[in-house]
Amino acid sequence: MFQVRIHGRGGQGVVTAAELLAVAAFNEGRHAQAFPSFGSERTGAPVVSYCRIAEQEIRTRAPVEAPDALVVQDATLLHQVDLFSGVGPDGYVLVNTSHTFEELGIADFVSKFRADRLLTVPATEIALRLLGRPLPNAVLLGGFAAMTGAVSIDAVVAAIGQRFSGAVAERNADGAREAARVVEQERSERAATD
Amino acid sequence: MLRQIEGSRAVAEAVGLCRPEVVCAYPISPQTHIIEAVGVLVKSGRLHPCKFVNVESEFAAMSVSIGASAMGARAYTATASQGLLFMTEAVYNAAGLGLPIVMTVANRAIGAPINIWNDHSDAMSVRDAGWVQLFAETNQDAVDLHIQAFRLAEELSLPVMVCMDGFVLTHAFERVELPDQEAVDAFLPPFEPRQVLDPDNPVSIGAMVGPEAFTEVRYLAHARQLQALARIPELAEEFEAGFGRAAGGLVTTYRTEGAETVVVALGSVLGTLKDAADSMWDAGVPVGVVGVTTFRPFPAAAVARAVSAARRVVVVEKAFSIGAHGILAGDVTLALSGLDIRVDAVVAGLGGRPISEASCRGLLEEAAAGSLPALSFLDLDTHLVARELERMVAQRRSGPVAENLLRDIGSVSGSGLAVARPGSQKGAR
Amino acid sequence: MTHDPVRFYQVGSFAAGNRLLDQGQRTEQSRRGRSNSLTSGHRACQGCGEALGARYALDAAMRATDGRLVAANATGCLEVFSTPYPETSWQIPWLHSLFGNAPAVATGMAAALEVKGRTDVRVVAQAGDGGTVDIGFGCLSGMFERNDDVLFICYDNEAYMNTGVQRSGATPPAARTATTEAVGPEPGNEFGQGKDLPRIAIAHGIPYVATATVAELHDLERKVERAMSIRGARYLHVLVPCPLGWASASSDTIRLARLACESGLFPLFEAENGEVVDVTKIRRQVPVEDYLKLQGRYRHLFGDPGRPDLVRQIQKVADRNIERFGLVATGAEQEVR
Ligand SMILES: Cc1ncc(C[n+]2csc(CCOP(=O)(O)OP(=O)(O)O)c2C)c(N)n1
Ligand code: SF4
Ligand SMILES: [Mg+2]
Repeated sequence: MFQVRIHGRGGQGVVTAAELLAVAAFNEGRHAQAFPSFGSERTGAPVVSYCRIAEQEIRTRAPVEAPDALVVQDATLLHQVDLFSGVGPDGYVLVNTSHTFEELGIADFVSKFRADRLLTVPATEIALRLLGRPLPNAVLLGGFAAMTGAVSIDAVVAAIGQRFSGAVAERNADGAREAARVVEQERSERAATD
Repeated sequence: MLRQIEGSRAVAEAVGLCRPEVVCAYPISPQTHIIEAVGVLVKSGRLHPCKFVNVESEFAAMSVSIGASAMGARAYTATASQGLLFMTEAVYNAAGLGLPIVMTVANRAIGAPINIWNDHSDAMSVRDAGWVQLFAETNQDAVDLHIQAFRLAEELSLPVMVCMDGFVLTHAFERVELPDQEAVDAFLPPFEPRQVLDPDNPVSIGAMVGPEAFTEVRYLAHARQLQALARIPELAEEFEAGFGRAAGGLVTTYRTEGAETVVVALGSVLGTLKDAADSMWDAGVPVGVVGVTTFRPFPAAAVARAVSAARRVVVVEKAFSIGAHGILAGDVTLALSGLDIRVDAVVAGLGGRPISEASCRGLLEEAAAGSLPALSFLDLDTHLVARELERMVAQRRSGPVAENLLRDIGSVSGSGLAVARPGSQKGAR
Repeated sequence: MTHDPVRFYQVGSFAAGNRLLDQGQRTEQSRRGRSNSLTSGHRACQGCGEALGARYALDAAMRATDGRLVAANATGCLEVFSTPYPETSWQIPWLHSLFGNAPAVATGMAAALEVKGRTDVRVVAQAGDGGTVDIGFGCLSGMFERNDDVLFICYDNEAYMNTGVQRSGATPPAARTATTEAVGPEPGNEFGQGKDLPRIAIAHGIPYVATATVAELHDLERKVERAMSIRGARYLHVLVPCPLGWASASSDTIRLARLACESGLFPLFEAENGEVVDVTKIRRQVPVEDYLKLQGRYRHLFGDPGRPDLVRQIQKVADRNIERFGLVATGAEQEVR
């Protein structure tokens, strides 16, 4: 079973991201379970959602405590919430930011993670450019697919197409593909410097 | 059709397939997504003929359902928590009148302190009202139970409540097989009311009954629940034949054979318990799991049969009778009277406290070792409780308990930042 | 308490900063010693009209009562965003009991104060439109009818926002909510429904009823002060735009509140003992489109093909208000202004 935890803020589509991921896995014929850690939260408050992907039926209903992958939709949460709780040294971490970890002031902290599994994508920028709105969730999933291989980018794009329609679907899909390219490039750069 | 879909949406689709004629509800978390989706079915014309009534309170929602049902219409509503309590008078009334209303309860804790997260206090508070109460373990279950609920309700002229864990199920996105309309139509014939307001054949419904017959009226309500006890397994069989999957029935059993310890529970926690039981078997400790699908009428004989080979039963429940004991545990104890089986109650998951796999495992280990007390509270923060008790001793005007505890947690975790999400209470320590 | 109407003649906005006013005419919010009854750090959305309205209303009530105030609050956004775990934004004694019982809880508070001879402490109760016109209506009508010494403030954002924007009895026609989706032949909320609570309150014959918005904060404060100068049941209905539920820009909250008045959709008036005693005239009438177009909840009315027929029906609602309350100044009145 592959377990994902997504952090963001109310209004950023954190719950939708987990649902899209679950649909992507479903599209690949696998079992998936997405659920929010739902509060009565207003726009801007910290929000968490979860997604589990497995080859067989998923029975547990417990929240994901030891995620295999972490997606951070809003880097301003890095200093506020215990985001990394339960993430092992082999865990994947994808952060939506156009800054480096040094600039974010957490370079030391994240140095314990594997360099090829600790990546950033400027998803909000991509979304603003393509969608005209700062909605990074679907874009980030493209990066997630490229980083973890837990689902394919095609399955993510298909899920986006099932959820949205028209131009919104197209632009989100473009954004997801772009994020996937950013991740692949970042990873090959990391590999080159390692 | 197999779909990856939110539990609430799946239930709304299932309700739509059952062709209700009057749907009336009042929004309350975590039920909202269900009624919003049914509302769209009606407003878009997909569910037709059907009237969707936005009312001013839950009391009105159940009352509208009563009126519609007495007029011979198939009536559906949904609520949770405070909403269920707000409609309590009408909930009893619907059962007393014997009207076959189907209601989803998206189980949520009851305030004060206000809490929107899952436990079973709401459904438990009306367990004696005369409604059939079915508990869904998964969203597939929730879908299937609704289809059976309409059939059962209308056959017996009894209201049926389908309970599904709020957020845990209602907001979970998972795979669900949604049946097609023909299959549902074949299983669920049009509503033939046993009593109806009809100018061609006028009846009075709701007369005053005095001491001379009240006991008999109540006894008949009980007898009808016993009929349901017999009918539910038959309907489950018929459902399986028609839809090709098992759902409903009185109880479910999992790896009980050869298990000295059996854990009994209601609803979605069964999944986590089954995983924990598997890991116990792997460690050489056989533990079985029994799910109570039908909680009212209480299937005492079926429960006794399911656990009869065990030596110890631990009942995990998301509610309790404050000042007394576990509620389900009480029923289970009664069901096992005369048998030499020890029953302990563990209260877990109140107000959305996550029931983690590790906690489940620990609980089963203690249960198997026979070291559980008769009543215990999973993951209770005893230090937090002790500090508040100290404050109460130290000072007469110690203030509101809930707020004191929150302030205490806030200062202990030292974050000063509130992350209001389930788990943060426990995650803080 | 005397009251000098404040008139502003600034370019376009009809608003003036406090700096331009005499000390006595400045808002309570401009006073250093204001009580900050609802203080910062709460969790309302950006541009929340309810947070703004509550802050102004309660600080004005605090000034009027010399800080001797207790509040009962119904369940709803105001309650949830002001008391996030483990904090509270209230600097006044405040009790949240249930969704539907705030008026009755306030009656209980007032009764206790009366028994104890505490005439110094006053009671306000507050709720959203759902807690007021729907689930709390029975208790509210009872509180009015008994003339209990309570000021009840309804913050009307025209839907159940706390649970995710469902229709209430105060949701206007054609507005999209989660239970009146913009689908089918009659998209959005139905016409010919809804409750006009200020007028129902007037019909109870209670000492004071007023409407206000967050666009006219002087007016809001003044009405609260007027209400607190009276004993018995009083009702204040404040229109508070909600960026989330109205799908409007956070920066448009004040503008929307103003346009609601200037279009005639939300009349501003005061009533005493069953009679309307004062009406705020519309300064510059605008067509309802100006108001509707800024809100996503009416999106389905515009564009191609849109529903001009429904927009016309909404204009009729505004026209009816204008006629009923005499909202548009006659030539003679205009001259005085
Ligand atoms: C008896 C009961 N039913 C339903 C609810 C759920 N509920 C809580 S707040 C709310 C809506 C609040 O709407 P409103 O009063 O307009 O306040 P707003 O959030 O819009 O400010 C609802 C439906 C509840 N708490 N109790
Ligand atoms: S949803 Fe509306 S009323 Fe609620 S906090 Fe946000 S802006 Fe305010
Ligand atoms: Mg409201």
